[in-house]
Amino acid sequence: MLEFKNVSYQYDSEDFDIIDKLSFKIERGTFNSIIGISGCGKSTIFRLTNGLLKAKSGEITIDGISIQELKQYCGYMPQKDLLFPWLTVGENVEMPLNFRGKISKREKRNRAEQVLSDVGLQDCADKMPHELSGGMRQRASFARTLLTDSELLLLDEPFSALDFLTRLSMQEWLLDQCMKYNKTILFITHDVEEAILLSDNILVVEKTPISELKKISVPMEYPRTRKMLERRDILELKDELIDKLRAQMTV
Amino acid sequence: MNKVNKANLPAAIFIFFLLIVWEIGALKMNASYILPTPIQIIKKIWELREALFTVHLPATMLVTGVGLAISVVLGLALAIAMDSSEIIRKTLYPLVVATQTIPITAIAPLFVVWFGYGIWSKIVVAVLMTFFPITITVYDGLRSARLEMAELLRTYGARRAEVFRIIKIPCALPYFFSAVKMAVPISIIGAAIGEWLGAQSGLGYFSRRMMSQLDGAGVFAPIVLLSAVAMIAVAILAVIEKKCVKWRGEN
Ligand SMILES: Nc1ncnc2c1ncn2[C@@H]1O[C@H](COP(=O)(O)OP(=O)(O)OP(=O)(O)O)[C@@H](O)[C@H]1O
Ligand SMILES: [Mg+2]
Repeated sequence: MLEFKNVSYQYDSEDFDIIDKLSFKIERGTFNSIIGISGCGKSTIFRLTNGLLKAKSGEITIDGISIQELKQYCGYMPQKDLLFPWLTVGENVEMPLNFRGKISKREKRNRAEQVLSDVGLQDCADKMPHELSGGMRQRASFARTLLTDSELLLLDEPFSALDFLTRLSMQEWLLDQCMKYNKTILFITHDVEEAILLSDNILVVEKTPISELKKISVPMEYPRTRKMLERRDILELKDELIDKLRAQMTV
Repeated sequence: MNKVNKANLPAAIFIFFLLIVWEIGALKMNASYILPTPIQIIKKIWELREALFTVHLPATMLVTGVGLAISVVLGLALAIAMDSSEIIRKTLYPLVVATQTIPITAIAPLFVVWFGYGIWSKIVVAVLMTFFPITITVYDGLRSARLEMAELLRTYGARRAEVFRIIKIPCALPYFFSAVKMAVPISIIGAAIGEWLGAQSGLGYFSRRMMSQLDGAGVFAPIVLLSAVAMIAVAILAVIEKKCVKWRGEN
């Protein structure tokens, strides 16, 4: 569905291409995690995909069509939840609908309430964001991302700011959601276990500048449980990934 | 309400104490043409109530009001212009700062020559003193809108004007109220200075006339009136602010 073809990108303040002739493909309906050490350029790949950054060369396509000709083709959930503190949770969640042509107030409200109850925040539409806990905020932010109505979702470390236990429950929650919505998901994390638990494929950033993403399929069937992480082959996979990342740290 | 009263109690007691010290000190000095007692001032206000409240207070309020209105419009326009473009900011910022280095009391007599004895020379003084804090504070408010929020909105398909309406205005609103609350007393002082330097009516003019008659209480009476008006205006603004701004800063 999503394809990068020889994409290069350079930040103005740097003298090298942080993304260097990168090519990769994402299949429709799959969950893909990008893992790599901090500062390696993961978020940059997202910002190229959602059009906030323009590639220096190469092409990014969705179903064969260049993203420059497309609008509103992906739902981007940034690293911080970025709920607007002056709006209610409901108004926050329906925000993407404001840019989708004429939709009545009633309908927007209905859709916001629907999606909020999907993420387990049924009575929160009229609350203010600061009245929610960290995990609830992330779920509200996810609900807002869902209302972009895009098939492709870009989730940038949605759980990295959460405490350990909340994070576990959010991961399980996301597994459920994915079964329900059948979206194509790109997910950034630097937590190897999280990547294994959630993904069909893991894309490893092995070095910066990024010229290649090493694709590793996770041999685990659905529905998944945390127990499966204790399987031998999975433990080996985990060690292999950690070694790959660690190799980069020492360079 | 009870809470508010309790919170203000120490301040009220302290002020009352100061007034008593003043009263006793001034009585001892017995030179009311330089230092009148508070009771003498109150009596004076009562004696002169007709001239003060029907002629001079309205005159000063007119200057203050018009000056403030011009400052708000000018300040907002400058702040928005500086926020919208780097070049405009670089061009205007030093100029705006430069206006604050003008020794206004020294050149205000010139304004009388340029703009006449009418209200405009006073308005110019008030505007020169107030538009600066408004410009800078509102500009900071517009800046405080986080880039990431604007970017997120862009990925939903929002245009620049929509980003401004949805994010910049709510972010700048608390700053705007701070700016106006600051500007009200300054504007009143500006108007009074303008009148002091040359006018046919207004509390500043009145105070000066009393000075030339060596009437100490008469000098103080309009000044006390000005402070009272400034405090009432700021209190009213605080009430409006409470209604409009439901949040302040994040976290
Ligand atoms: N606006 C920018 N201008 C210049 N350099 C930037 C900019 N944004 C990011 N970079 C650089 O690009 C590199 C990659 O940044 P990016 O945000 O993609 O990292 P990341 O992999 O998402 O890291 P993290 O896991 O910490 O979020 C960083 O080393 C950073 O210094
Ligand atoms: Mg990042």
